[in-house]
Amino acid sequence: MLVKIWVSLFLAFAVYSWLVYMHTEDRNNVPPPDRHIQAGWQLWQDKNCQSCHQLYGLGGYMGPDLTNVYSDKGAKYMQTFIKYGTGKMPDFHLNDSETQSLISFLAWIDKSGKSKIPASVVHWWGISSK
Amino acid sequence: MNEYPIYYKRFLQFALGLLAIALVLGLLSAAAFSYPETFNKFLPFYQLRPFHTSAALFWIITASAGCILFYKNDVFTGIYVGNTSEKLFIMLWIGSILTIFCCYAFKKFGGREYWEFPPVLSIALLASWLVFMYSYFASWRISKNKKPLYVWMWSTGIFFFLITFVEQNLWLIPWFRSSFLKEITIQWKANGSMVGAWNQMIYGTALFLMVKISGDGTIAENKKAFFFYFLGLTNLMFNWGHHIYNVPNGSWIRNTAYAISMTELLIFINIIAGFKRKLDEQKRLKHIIPYRFLVAAEYWAFANLLLALLMSVPVVNRYTHGTHITVAHAMISTIGINTMILLGSIGYIINIDTKNQKIKNFINKAYWHAQVSLAAFGSSLVIAGIIKAYRTVAIENITFQEVMQPVVVMIKIFLLTGIWLAISLISIVVCYFRLLNNKRTIKIWKEVNTVMLVEEYDF
Ligand code: HEC
Repeated sequence: MLVKIWVSLFLAFAVYSWLVYMHTEDRNNVPPPDRHIQAGWQLWQDKNCQSCHQLYGLGGYMGPDLTNVYSDKGAKYMQTFIKYGTGKMPDFHLNDSETQSLISFLAWIDKSGKSKIPASVVHWWGISSK
Repeated sequence: MNEYPIYYKRFLQFALGLLAIALVLGLLSAAAFSYPETFNKFLPFYQLRPFHTSAALFWIITASAGCILFYKNDVFTGIYVGNTSEKLFIMLWIGSILTIFCCYAFKKFGGREYWEFPPVLSIALLASWLVFMYSYFASWRISKNKKPLYVWMWSTGIFFFLITFVEQNLWLIPWFRSSFLKEITIQWKANGSMVGAWNQMIYGTALFLMVKISGDGTIAENKKAFFFYFLGLTNLMFNWGHHIYNVPNGSWIRNTAYAISMTELLIFINIIAGFKRKLDEQKRLKHIIPYRFLVAAEYWAFANLLLALLMSVPVVNRYTHGTHITVAHAMISTIGINTMILLGSIGYIINIDTKNQKIKNFINKAYWHAQVSLAAFGSSLVIAGIIKAYRTVAIENITFQEVMQPVVVMIKIFLLTGIWLAISLISIVVCYFRLLNNKRTIKIWKEVNTVMLVEEYDF
């Protein structure tokens, strides 16, 4: 009996995982990352930017959430921070092309959605899509 | 044969060392967070944080596996000898963790939350875990007895650690990186379930200890206990979505997580319903040190579950997400629940209750300091989180620096309470570490009658 319950739960888990893998919606139909964006993504990881910054609220809390910094502040503004750092943010001594690929990566993230959920979609019973 | 293999003890010492490192580097990280201009020059936050989180994570997993190594012989075979696969596991595991720390020292990162080391090292960890599984399930097969609930929990935890660890690395296959939403969803699916996996190992150990201490085997066999086990398993599998309410993918993912998370209310009610019985039991067993650690874990679990339930309600999560309230939740569960149970368990292994009064008084004192400082520590994080949430949402056109000003003040208070907490816990670590060196410490404890100890030692 116990084994049966366990196996049924596990099967449900497997099916659910498959659904998640196949149907994680990208409502904005963002195209897959090109080489340039991928290089930026790799740099994001190599420099461990996520230890201080969040994307969709996930990551470290020392710096601001960067999900929508591209549309909020623009590429020029980002370039200054990324290239030179500030007193609080370290200077990673990145060259121009590295800086550009990081900006492309963050611009790509920006297209995927907004980090802040609008109050109108949050209800006591859950979250609606519109 | 009444001695355990020496490398069992060394493995636990290694785990205790990781706890000490996690605490010290945690303090340094909080200092780097508070004084970035100074620390950025020599030890930046982005280098300290991976050290801290990896040491904490590996303390929990290493100590859980280390305790299971000790207990599995007692439960399955009754034969207390080590074997090659266990040695191989220990060597690979320790080697991988040391290599990971070297990578951090040279600023070589993999840059993913909790797994901030270069991904090739996952292969070594994976190989090592497979060897551990082989050795565990080989003993498991030998035993033909009916398996008590804690064996189910250990086995579930060990198995799901493997699954979630592999899932955590799926991003290395390009298809999983074709969309950022897919990537981040699966990353947090794996992370969320992995916490459930190590909780199964640790709660299994807590249950095992309760059976041993109280001498009542039925608590690991009755229907209600199994019901809550399956409820926990369901949450492990399906509740991870509350980490990513903010990620704009299908609402079915978020609402499934919300619905499943709310079933934890039953666990919450069950804790409350059990309090009276627990109080009687506490009167009877409070003299036993490992038992006290279990009681502390129970109180912290109560507080943390309340926090978790609140944070899983989307209306509340909209404010708390991305604030230090999340950090408070993570720290209370890793320190208040996981570390308390593991310290209780290691105390049980070294027969702490048979030591002289001086040692017991010392542990007792450190124990109380740890509880009180942890309460202050957790509260300062929750307050920091509330301040950030309020300022972000309520004040318009505020810059990030303005939001953070009062938050950073709270983080400095948090740092002070952290020093207090770290001293308390490291005192216990040092004491345990030395007792593990003592040759006579770890006899097979099967014969030790804990109820008898209660009468013998009164304090
Ligand atoms: C040690 C922590 C830390 C690390 C690591 C870090 N940052 Fe920052 N970052 C900050 C802080 C703090 C700020 C706010 C700085 C300020 O106002 O002085 C910031 C600001 C920014 C901003 C401007 C955001 C805004 O809304 O004003 C961008 C863009 C940025 N960082 C990108 C990056 C990238 C890309 C990386 C990785 C290469 C990175 N950061 C690594 C701490 C960090």
